[in-house]
Parts: sequence; structure tokens; C-alpha cells
Amino acid sequence: MNFDKELDARGLNCPLPILRTKKTLNEMSSEQVLRVVATDPGSVKDFAAFAKQTGNELLSSSEAGGEFTFFIKKK
Amino acid sequence: MDEKKMAIIATKGTLDWAYPPFILASTAAALGYETQIFFTFYGLQMLKKDISDLKVSPLGNPGMPMKMPFGPKWFRDINWNIPNAVQSIVPGYESLATTLMKMTIKNNGVATIPELRSLCQEADVKFIACQMTVELFGFSHSDFIDGIEYGGAATFFEFAGETDICLFI
Repeated sequence: MNFDKELDARGLNCPLPILRTKKTLNEMSSEQVLRVVATDPGSVKDFAAFAKQTGNELLSSSEAGGEFTFFIKKK
Repeated sequence: MDEKKMAIIATKGTLDWAYPPFILASTAAALGYETQIFFTFYGLQMLKKDISDLKVSPLGNPGMPMKMPFGPKWFRDINWNIPNAVQSIVPGYESLATTLMKMTIKNNGVATIPELRSLCQEADVKFIACQMTVELFGFSHSDFIDGIEYGGAATFFEFAGETDICLFI
């Protein structure tokens, strides 16, 4: 999947992946896609909840080898 | 759409209990909530200029696991069940526990309290210090960081009455 910006949130724990994501989205323009890679297992539910509450669209959420990858389209 | 709002009353002044208000406030701000924290009693410790000296106490805290943040796995898995009577007579026990807790925090990629506090400030979380307890404990405004407001219960209710979420921590 294409993306405009990437955020490495590996090794970070709640709530840092969400806070860094929010900060990065603030620097992006509408419709741009952010790719986030995290290792916090709690981030799967957290990113879904973040997207639902902020209106930024979670395009995909996947797991491979203990890493979680999220694609988020800015509102 | 009206912005959602959250208010927190923060009353604890230890390293462990500094986490819930700062985590919830910074996350709420990231989710678009207008957020305020009212610091009162021991919670004022969290507004001091230097908060790197906040401590955690295992004394009288049976819920706190006492595990070592270093060494081989079998060693780290041991829960050191040290009696209160022993904890209370060992000088520097709290400082030792705090050092170990900070190592555990770092090992787990958990943010530090100074880091979370500045993330709250960057996200425009409003900090209000309880003026009554500032005086009660003999603090002065110069002990605290800039950019905070001072007020009382009525100040808290002015905002809290409009909130969607209101927590006492």
C-alpha cells in the first residue's frame, strides 16, 4: 500500500504510539496516508479506537512477526 | 460538533500515581478532547519544576510486584516478598525501589513522567493548581512550572460541569 509518511513506534508503549501518531498526522495534509509500525500488542485496539474517535480512517491493520502495521488516512 | 471535554482531579504525589492523570490527559487531547487537570494535595508534586525526584513506595503496598529489572529471566521472575517491618527500617529503601522502578519503566518502553507532562503541555492540556493546598503545604508559585493557573473548587466546577468525562485520581 502506498503511503506518504512513516512512523516507527517500535519499542514504545501506551500511550506513546498514539501520541506520536497524532503529532505526525498534524504535520500532514488531508487525504495523505501514514504508515505506523508498532510492537505494543495493545496498539491494535488502540489504533482502531483512535481512528473511530478522530475520524481519521484506518485503512488497514496487520500483524507479522510480532510487529503491527497500520495505515491511516488523514481526515 | 462540540468538542468533547474531560476533567481530572489529581491527588497523588508518587511516581506510580503520576502516570494515570498524564497518560489519560495526553491521550484525551490526542483524541480531540479539551482537557484540564486540577492538581490538589499531594498531586501538586507533579507540577514542580523538577519532577525527576518523584518516588514510589512499596511500603504498605501489597499490590506492587517487587521484581528485579536486570539479570537472567529466572532471577527477574522472582517476586521479592519483603515484609513491611523490614522495608521500614532499611535506610534508602524507597530510593532503591524507585531506581528499580525507573529501570523497569525504561526497559518496557514506557514514557517517563517529565516526558508525559510535556506532551500534555504541548497538546494544550490545562493545568490548574489548587491555591488552598499550595498555601497549606507552604509552596510558592515559583516552585511550579510556568503556564499553570491557580484556583479553587469553584474554578474546577466551572469546567467540570461541562465535561463528558470527569475522574478523581
